[in-house]
Amino acid sequence: MNPNLYEAQSTLSHGASMLISNYVFPNDLHVHWSMMIVLYPYITGLVDGAFIIAALYYLFDVKSLKPVARFSLLFAFAFLCCATLPLLLHLGRPERNFNMLLTPSPSSAMAGFGYIYAISMGVLSFIVLFVYRPDLVERGKKSKGVMKLIYRALTFDSDDLSKKALELDTKIIRFLVGLGIPVAAVLHGYVGFIFGGVKANPTWSTPLMPVIFLFSACVSGISAIVLAYIVIRKLGSLSIDAACIKTCIKTLTGFFILAFSFEMLEVFSHSYLKTGYHHMVEGLLNGPLASSFWLWQVKICSVIPLILLGFMAFVKMRDSIYLPISTIVSAILLLQVFIMRWNVVIGGQLMSKSARGYTVFHPEWFDKEGILAVIIIMTIPFIILYVLGKIFPFWGDAIKGSISSKPVRKTGGN
Amino acid sequence: MKIEDFSFDMDRREFVKKVLNGAIAGSLILVFPMDTVGVDSQMGISQSDLNLRLPEEIPGIKNNQYDIHRQKFAFVVDITRCIGCGSCCVADKREYNVPDGNYRTWVERYVKDFDDQIYVDCPNGGLDGYQKPRDDIQTGVRDTFFVPKLCNMCKEPPCVQVCPVGATFMTPDGFVLMDSQRCVGCAYCIQACPYSVRFLSPVTKTAEKCTWCYHRVRKGLLPACVEVCPTGARKFGSLNDENSEVYKILKGPGVLTVLKQSMGTLPALYYIGQRLEVV
Repeated sequence: MNPNLYEAQSTLSHGASMLISNYVFPNDLHVHWSMMIVLYPYITGLVDGAFIIAALYYLFDVKSLKPVARFSLLFAFAFLCCATLPLLLHLGRPERNFNMLLTPSPSSAMAGFGYIYAISMGVLSFIVLFVYRPDLVERGKKSKGVMKLIYRALTFDSDDLSKKALELDTKIIRFLVGLGIPVAAVLHGYVGFIFGGVKANPTWSTPLMPVIFLFSACVSGISAIVLAYIVIRKLGSLSIDAACIKTCIKTLTGFFILAFSFEMLEVFSHSYLKTGYHHMVEGLLNGPLASSFWLWQVKICSVIPLILLGFMAFVKMRDSIYLPISTIVSAILLLQVFIMRWNVVIGGQLMSKSARGYTVFHPEWFDKEGILAVIIIMTIPFIILYVLGKIFPFWGDAIKGSISSKPVRKTGGN
Repeated sequence: MKIEDFSFDMDRREFVKKVLNGAIAGSLILVFPMDTVGVDSQMGISQSDLNLRLPEEIPGIKNNQYDIHRQKFAFVVDITRCIGCGSCCVADKREYNVPDGNYRTWVERYVKDFDDQIYVDCPNGGLDGYQKPRDDIQTGVRDTFFVPKLCNMCKEPPCVQVCPVGATFMTPDGFVLMDSQRCVGCAYCIQACPYSVRFLSPVTKTAEKCTWCYHRVRKGLLPACVEVCPTGARKFGSLNDENSEVYKILKGPGVLTVLKQSMGTLPALYYIGQRLEVV
């Protein structure tokens, strides 16, 4: 047995006698929800966070976010396209996946997935098409044959770029984004509820779960946008808008404080309330998850970014220092959210419902839910993003002849 | 004393003739069925004929119209009677051809030492029976007991609630069953079951669970595990039958408990003599 587990046991009077045999129910030895179910909330989280950035610009008029607004939408769209892949790989009978839409069981939270996903996809697709309508009209005019037809369909067969038409577009975009916020919140909050609604698992069964998932989603999505913006602009030798990054980091700081607070609140509640299976949860966090939770999720990937974010908030610094720190913080927070998902999904299943022992999980490389599959799935959205970038320009300053294009400042903001 | 002479006058040729006739007549039984009543030309033996041959283990079901809305059953496990022989586990595995490493039912062994430490194990789900005592316990063993586990047939089943496609469902007579033709294999029911009696079959890639042998019950037969239990530790019966053992136990004054009562699942599986240590 793990020596840390022995330590954990020695501090528990009743718990010690419960854990002594490390007995796992025979059917609990296998971890049924593995890396694909870690990946699924991670991907939807990225979608949600990226959408928040777009919403801040299109609905709440946070002008400084303009440079990343369009990119955020495309980023969210690319990842949303792949959100179902891990689920399909996970299902024992993926060929029956449409049963969830055709014969849903109204009592099941999971049965709502197909509808929630379809609505999210629909709303996001329309937002992208309306935001890019002027560009698509321009492209449609230059194209011929089938491509012209495709552009006509994508622009809703309207090549009207008059001021009045564009104002209507803006109104539609605002409406759709306003609709998109609750839809995005439901899409990801629902994933949290899938876990929070499992009363058989004491680490999952908390009303805080959807809240934690939602805030951590915002953290991962905003971090991804910051990191992707800086990396892609650097690779393309384009200027980086520091004011935009600063707004992103400020938003990120707020969401991360909320996410981390709720994550810690859940642990604190367990240890303070000492309800039901608290000794098992305590043993889990101090035993099998001691390294991935306390060391990686909390100390390395939460405390360090918190210190850095605090430093960035309170200390005035040059852009040449601010931007690299932003990149590092974003990368660490992306990892934090992934580890958090891992600890919730896989960590929660390590604890047997016998309340007497823990099982182990060994990720495999070539399994259909293995590490290679994870890498492939996480690569696909970037390929989609690359292809999308050919039709829908990411940045306003790269568009020529577009009415919405305004060159961004060559050097960073303040 | 009179000694009777048993020698019979039959020559060898006559004897061989009779043996051959007997062999031919006997082999005809294999070729032609004994009677023609209830014989289905396609299947060999008809369902009605099969029913005639089945014993009546649960009174009131055989040869009666099965009213699914009126039937009510209960399963009682008497921990004080279980000897950990593993017969029930073997019967279950054979009844359903359960894939290795997965268990519809299992038997746990609890060992309590003089320091009040509880050691629980369940090697191979108890399939091999507990033939040897544990040798890894340093202090003296104060008590040992066995706990059979199976589906609790909850009246508020979380597995049914969470199944996104309605593949797992509750019958009007109180059985929680699986439709493997409908199951998508998402394993949400496995996560939701507080008793871990479900597993994802590596063969069908769908969720599987103990059914209390519903197919047998509908014919008036006891579940396979109950049938083979040599000590009567597993009891099953109709609650409509006032003479059934489970009716008497449930309506009687004895102490009965269920597993994980705090989960609010309202199990129809009851335990007699369940210790505090059993989860």
